[in-house]
Amino acid sequence: MTIATIDRAATAVPTELARGRGGGGPAPKRVVVAYGFWIFILSDMVMFSALFAAYAVLRGNTAGGPTGAELFNLRNVFIETMCLLLSSYTCGLAVLSAERRHPTRFLIFAAFTFVLGAAFLFIEVSEFANMVAKGAGPSRSGFLSAFFTLVGTHGIHVASGLIALIYLVAQVIAKGLPAAVLRRLLCWSLFWHALDIVWVGVFTLVYLMGDYH
Amino acid sequence: MTDAHEHVFDDRTPGVEEHEPSASYLSYTVGLGLAILATIASFVVSQTNLLWPPGIPVGLIVLAFAQIGVHLVFFLQLGSGPDSTNNILALAFGMLIVFLVITGSIWIIANLNSNMTSMSMQ
Repeated sequence: MTIATIDRAATAVPTELARGRGGGGPAPKRVVVAYGFWIFILSDMVMFSALFAAYAVLRGNTAGGPTGAELFNLRNVFIETMCLLLSSYTCGLAVLSAERRHPTRFLIFAAFTFVLGAAFLFIEVSEFANMVAKGAGPSRSGFLSAFFTLVGTHGIHVASGLIALIYLVAQVIAKGLPAAVLRRLLCWSLFWHALDIVWVGVFTLVYLMGDYH
Repeated sequence: MTDAHEHVFDDRTPGVEEHEPSASYLSYTVGLGLAILATIASFVVSQTNLLWPPGIPVGLIVLAFAQIGVHLVFFLQLGSGPDSTNNILALAFGMLIVFLVITGSIWIIANLNSNMTSMSMQ
């Protein structure tokens, strides 16, 4: 398709702007803001890739201490995974409800998202406490340092996501659903979905590959 | 872009929300179903001999990539539409960096370890 065709199409039907490829009018703010936030998420992914790399090279350096297979409880990891996955789902439904102007439905889905995220965090923190109590804290070996750094950083992200969710729900209650609040919700949902993607890497590399049959 | 076009799009400055997003409840539900399937498959593969045992790590990596793809398409709504073009380009660059950091580190440290035989033999 030539540029001329796109321009003609855009002139004829102004609602169908060609976006993202330079043709047509400016992109809507929703798309621009989400793109900027997407760049931030990708930079966060690059940071996680360094932590994944550190874990991958240090996983065998147990210094005579406990190995992953001895420490990990895969049943709990499966429950954590399901909590995070379901909270990603309800987060998507919450943003969809907000975009369709159903504040009550948004609040219900947001509450589900929060509870599931908090459950994930609770299981993770109790696992950490359990490991530290068994003498397998972050200072025990290179493997455990890398483990706590990688999984802990993900946990801190989840915790800050939960705090941001409280802040956004307060905004929706106070201001309703104007475009600015909807954009913040969209960015927050990108962040929350991205955390689930990081978790897929964590449970695969750390838990399943550390303890397979 | 001519002046005529500028005039047509005068009120279409960034900030004008002129359409509803195309995502649907159905798309999220399909994504959830596929993601749960991939997750269960990962756990089953890692705990049983369903796969040829030396192939389990490769199988797990393949399942992880499949699930990440499901998340990107159904949850993050990255599609083939014009709104996603720039996001996908940025994602491709991000994946390149992630790939370089992870495989580069593993490769370099593996070389380092294999040159330290006297230490690891003890």
